Amino acid sequence: MARVVIRNLNKMYNEVHAVKGVNLEIRDREFVVLVGPSGCGKTTTLRMVAGLESITSGEILIGETVVNDLPPMDRDIAMVFQNYALYPHMSVHDNMAFGLKMRKFARPEIDRRVRDAADILGIQTLLERKPRQLSGGQRQRVALGRAIVRHPQVFLFDEPLSNLDAKLRVQMRVELKKIHDRLGTTAIYVTHDQVEAMTLGDRVVVMRDGLVQQVGEPLDLYNEPANRFVAGFIGSPGMNFASVRVTDEGGALLAVGDGIRLKLPSAVAARLKDYAGRDVTLGIRPEDLRLASGEGANGLNLDAVVEVIERLGSEILLDVKVGGGSMVAAVEPTVRAKVREQLRLALNPERLHFFDAHSEAAI
Amino acid sequence: MAVSHLVSQSAFTGVRRRGVATRLLEDERWLAAALLAPTAILLGLFIAYPFAEGVWLSVIDARVGVPGHFVGLANFATLWNDSIFRVAVWNTFIYTAVATVFKLGLGLWLALLLNRNFRGKAFTRAFILLPFIIPTVLSTFAWKWMFDPTFSVINWSLFHLGVIHARINWLGDPGLALISVIIVNVWRGVPFFAISLLAGLQTINPELQEAAAIDGARAWQRFWHVTWPLLLPVTMVVMLFSIIQTFADFQLVYVLTGGGPANATQLFATYAYQIGVGTGLLSQGAAISLAMFPFLLIVVVVQLLYIRRVEVH
Amino acid sequence: MIEGAKWRRWVFFYIPLGAFIFWLLFPFYWMLVTSVRPDRELYRPWMAPNYTPFWTAHPTLEHITDLLTGTLFLRWMANTLFIACVSTLISLFCGVLAGYALSRLRFRFAGTLGTGIFITYLVPQTLLFIPLADIIRKFQLGDTPWALILTYPTFLIPFCTWLLMGYFKAIPRELEECARIDGATRWKAMLYIIMPIAVPGILSAGIFAFTLSWNEYIYALVFLSSAEQKTVSVGVTSELVRGDVFYWGQLMAGALLGSIPIAVIYSFFVEYYVAGLTGSVKG
Repeated sequence: MARVVIRNLNKMYNEVHAVKGVNLEIRDREFVVLVGPSGCGKTTTLRMVAGLESITSGEILIGETVVNDLPPMDRDIAMVFQNYALYPHMSVHDNMAFGLKMRKFARPEIDRRVRDAADILGIQTLLERKPRQLSGGQRQRVALGRAIVRHPQVFLFDEPLSNLDAKLRVQMRVELKKIHDRLGTTAIYVTHDQVEAMTLGDRVVVMRDGLVQQVGEPLDLYNEPANRFVAGFIGSPGMNFASVRVTDEGGALLAVGDGIRLKLPSAVAARLKDYAGRDVTLGIRPEDLRLASGEGANGLNLDAVVEVIERLGSEILLDVKVGGGSMVAAVEPTVRAKVREQLRLALNPERLHFFDAHSEAAI
Repeated sequence: MAVSHLVSQSAFTGVRRRGVATRLLEDERWLAAALLAPTAILLGLFIAYPFAEGVWLSVIDARVGVPGHFVGLANFATLWNDSIFRVAVWNTFIYTAVATVFKLGLGLWLALLLNRNFRGKAFTRAFILLPFIIPTVLSTFAWKWMFDPTFSVINWSLFHLGVIHARINWLGDPGLALISVIIVNVWRGVPFFAISLLAGLQTINPELQEAAAIDGARAWQRFWHVTWPLLLPVTMVVMLFSIIQTFADFQLVYVLTGGGPANATQLFATYAYQIGVGTGLLSQGAAISLAMFPFLLIVVVVQLLYIRRVEVH
Repeated sequence: MIEGAKWRRWVFFYIPLGAFIFWLLFPFYWMLVTSVRPDRELYRPWMAPNYTPFWTAHPTLEHITDLLTGTLFLRWMANTLFIACVSTLISLFCGVLAGYALSRLRFRFAGTLGTGIFITYLVPQTLLFIPLADIIRKFQLGDTPWALILTYPTFLIPFCTWLLMGYFKAIPRELEECARIDGATRWKAMLYIIMPIAVPGILSAGIFAFTLSWNEYIYALVFLSSAEQKTVSVGVTSELVRGDVFYWGQLMAGALLGSIPIAVIYSFFVEYYVAGLTGSVKG
């Protein structure tokens, strides 16, 4: 059980600055997810914690110890890889026992631990099989089992569910959460899938181009994204963005854009009062766009033309054209709409997001 | 079931002490150095050093038992004026060029034949490699016996098929000797080409051929436009190995003709042997061996560049 | 199969394939027949009316027995076996280590050294034999099997390294990384994880190296002088020719018996052979 502290971590590959000054403190027993698009530096950071990549500058502490110069075998960590990395020439039992053998554990202790881990994961009957005789899901469990038997201080996960088909992925996600709740070991999990991040993480770290964009609990990232990138990355379907200018018309602030004319409610206006006359980016999530009922008096409506209707069963996604741009609205499944029909959409006044046009930071 | 025993109780206390050797070997660079050391020593001692010594020998005038003095390029000048050397150079180029062309052509043909599915395919494929596997000198001796002017089974067969009326002196006739030697070299090399090209053919996706057939390409067009370009990388590598081996060949010619008759089959290697070991003129022999080097270097560079270019695509 | 009429199959497939097979295998048949043919039949000129080339009515074992008892053939076989085995072991050892280092470790000169080893593979023995003979003499290894055991690795190691690099590269990196996280040192990860997986490659390399050793000629010819030290290739082609007379019966028997060990190994390990051959070409 240990906390992990990452201080000013940098990684250079020849000329490429892959990880730029990452600072992170992972508390004991916490499940932290690093998420971001490919190339954002999340895997590199994980591998530096594991000791598989050298650190260009900065420090990593596991517990109270600086581990920069420690080889992987001395860091008391365990890792689950995307491709499972099961030793093909060994049985499931030996795969799981390998780490313990390397550390010279006694035979009875090894067998006990392997059996216990197998019980947790439901793979007791597979112990004598070879990896090539197992399905994808079974292999992933063995990989997990191999990590569990070691009783490490920290679990590291490198996109472990990416190779599984969709249904299995959902199933394993739930299992992983259950196992973490049961064992309570500190964990760092890397994925490019924001759904996994939201469902698994106690806290989520969004990364882009080697920099940390935001750290926080999943719902905080969802409700209060720190910048446009996080806003667009978290949530599916993604947030709608439109470029608008803040104008002052007789004391009231309006957001005016192509096909957009919104009277800003007072709470929002207070935030934007320094931006009068300037361009900002408006963000609104699809689920915060509803069909306007009657004539909304609050002036937060958009006129839109339906282009594509996607019926998902639990909701309907309307791809609409607003002015010169497109947006997506997620509405009730009972809504009746037709292609090329003109609609009026209402925006939830409490769910408006604004971002600075240049820095992209949230206002 | 209590979970506590599954989870590490103690806080992370710190690292085990490791010996100096272990720590050094964890470093990629030190480990690599240690792993490569035996190879480096052996190759350094028995390739780099002899190569350097060979160059040195060629610029002095040593003989067996007589250490030499520096003579610059005199040995090479002598060779340039030596008519036998010139014949040897000519012979080697002809030998290499003709043999390679035939090995490629016949090897490719055989590979295409073997690429089909037929009963006993694995068996056949295994037997085909025998000329390449069996020690060269021994199988070459069999050919020497087959070529013997008085006892040749080939002569007998050709005579009874009505093709010839008098004996053919395969190895004794200066006009024929080089051809006979080439025949044996081709015989030995075809399996290598065939099996390697077959492996290359098998990596070509059959769907490409099918798509071409649907597009209306005939068999030889499919071969030229689809198969051959995809086979080119493997072909170039095989040819690289083969050209170098053939150019530097010794065993075959030494056993069959010793370089004769009248130097009709004299090659670089056999002449170097004759001069360096036979007559003991070490420096001259070394010079002849070294004269091979420029050509070999050109072949290697050209093919490596070509391979690199193909791989980039 | 070739689609179309049956005659097309015969003309374009069976006949050419048959011709190839005949041409490639006939000399071995000839070796066999000659070994068991009595002398009086052997030395019958081909023009003579009772020349029966393709079989013999009176097979005899005298050539083979003469070979085994009257010459040093068995000694030559023993020499060759010893030299081939030890050279192969040395080359495999060096080749496995070097192949691993070049394909799985990251260090500054990896690329250059890899190309360097490839280049040494291409340096033919006929280029080095004269200065090497001198060096062998200097180290006082002349006329001993050690002259060959130490020089054969010069062409065996590059080949083994090249071949094994291909095999090692195909093993996923994660296996080693996982082993190192599990608690293994780099060295142990190599030994317990990578090596067992690469066994087919090591076998292929070993078998090929053995064959290449058995087949080598010029170094054996130049470095060995006394009859007892010779290898099979050199012995058969030099000692069985007395004066200007070729004892063809014994020669062919020697050629046949000298080829048998290789042929036997080959028949058991064909797949490994082909893998070795194609692996070296595909690189």
